[in-house]
Amino acid sequence: MRLSPDEMIFWQYGFLKLNATIVFTWGLMLVLAIGSKIITRKFSTGLKRSLWQNFLEIVVTGIEKQIEEVGLSQPQKYLGFLGTLFLFVAASSLCTVIPGYEPPTGSLSTTAALALCVFVAVPFFGIEEQGVNEYLKSYVEPTFIMLPFNIISEISRTLALAVRLFGNMMSGAMIIGILLTITPFIFPIIMTALGLLTGMVQAYIFSILAAVYIAAATRVRKPSLNPIQNLEA
Amino acid sequence: MLFDWFTIVAQALNFFILVWLMKRFLYKPIRHAIDEREKRIATALADADAKRAEAQKERDEFQHKNEEFDRQRAALWTQATDEAQAERQRLLDEARKAAASLSAKRQETLRNEQHNLHQAIGRRTQQEVFAIARKVLADLAETSLEERMVDVFVRRLRELSGEEKETLTSALKESSSPVIVRTTFDLSPAQCDSTTGAIKETLGEATQIQFKTSPDLISGIELTTNGHKVAWSIADYLASLETGIDELLKEKDQVEAQAVPKPSGPEPETRSQ
Repeated sequence: MRLSPDEMIFWQYGFLKLNATIVFTWGLMLVLAIGSKIITRKFSTGLKRSLWQNFLEIVVTGIEKQIEEVGLSQPQKYLGFLGTLFLFVAASSLCTVIPGYEPPTGSLSTTAALALCVFVAVPFFGIEEQGVNEYLKSYVEPTFIMLPFNIISEISRTLALAVRLFGNMMSGAMIIGILLTITPFIFPIIMTALGLLTGMVQAYIFSILAAVYIAAATRVRKPSLNPIQNLEA
Repeated sequence: MLFDWFTIVAQALNFFILVWLMKRFLYKPIRHAIDEREKRIATALADADAKRAEAQKERDEFQHKNEEFDRQRAALWTQATDEAQAERQRLLDEARKAAASLSAKRQETLRNEQHNLHQAIGRRTQQEVFAIARKVLADLAETSLEERMVDVFVRRLRELSGEEKETLTSALKESSSPVIVRTTFDLSPAQCDSTTGAIKETLGEATQIQFKTSPDLISGIELTTNGHKVAWSIADYLASLETGIDELLKEKDQVEAQAVPKPSGPEPETRSQ
């Protein structure tokens, strides 16, 4: 039994390989990009607009609203990164209803890659907002002794991000696979529906946590935010 | 193995490409559409505000104009009323004047008519009196009116008082012209003799006498000398008759005036004539 779509390799040359994770990711990327292109091609700037335009506008403005609520005052600046995180994770979960499809987020490599992106993005946005010195200073706050703990915190939360998403997605696929062998009729459908819900929740958690980390890095002087503890718990 | 470093790198790369794709095909068009719409709505709202302000301004202006118009109308109305009143007064005055003038003219006409009537009555009366007198004298004494007139004149000359005679004589002496005897008719030789005799008897034998016929004299005979006169004429009787007729007419006018009903008073009593 496969634990990860990484194990399904279509083509390999040395260390270069084309596994199911990459292929499904490309598929998702194509669907998202082409779908967006098709829908936004006929966008109207007037008061009358299509159903799809309304839907996409609701999604995008909803994401912007969430980013703003977390504490980032300029949501448009972070929309590209955080919005894409959410859309990618959500789309890869939603597509589990397609038979034969395996979510790329069920691979630890993908979740680790996304977590690494967050790990890079947090200091990037922090430095961009405050400057190098101010950002680095935040690691020795409130005292110099806190430096190793802050560094450990950075690494551990990145690891936690990767493992949380991988665990949830992989477990969903595993449970469905196991249930299919035991009760092949009703339960897998219920569990698929539950998996969709879990996937959406995970997409929300992943992107919100990334937003919170970025917010913490860009607003380091402010007291620590409670939502981090609540969500990580 | 759960970790595959190549896949991690590839997925990270894929993710950044996806970020770019999403920015390019999703976020930017959506943001653009929303911004454009917001701008359009803001423009429409600003436009509406401007129009509202303009409408308000126009309304105020119209209100102001209406008030001004009302004021002007009221002023014009007052002026027109005053002018109409003045014109009415003027026309009434003119009408009163015209009525007064007409009334005066009518009264004048009435007076003229009355005068003409009097003259006509006088003439008629004179003719009638002469006619009656002639007829009466002819019937009763078989004498003509002229004869009788000369007789009466002669008798009056002879019956003159001493004082009167002296006055006439002195007047005759002062004058160089002769005594003039005027009659309305031509005297017969007998009448002339009788008259001449009576004069000479009264005023003296040397008196120069001249006879003249004057139709203006109302049916009579008169003697004049240097402003003094002795006469007999029917004019005295006629004057008396005229006075009587005048009184009668006046009385009749008064009765008629009382008989005319007054416009607002009680109806007058009718009096039998």
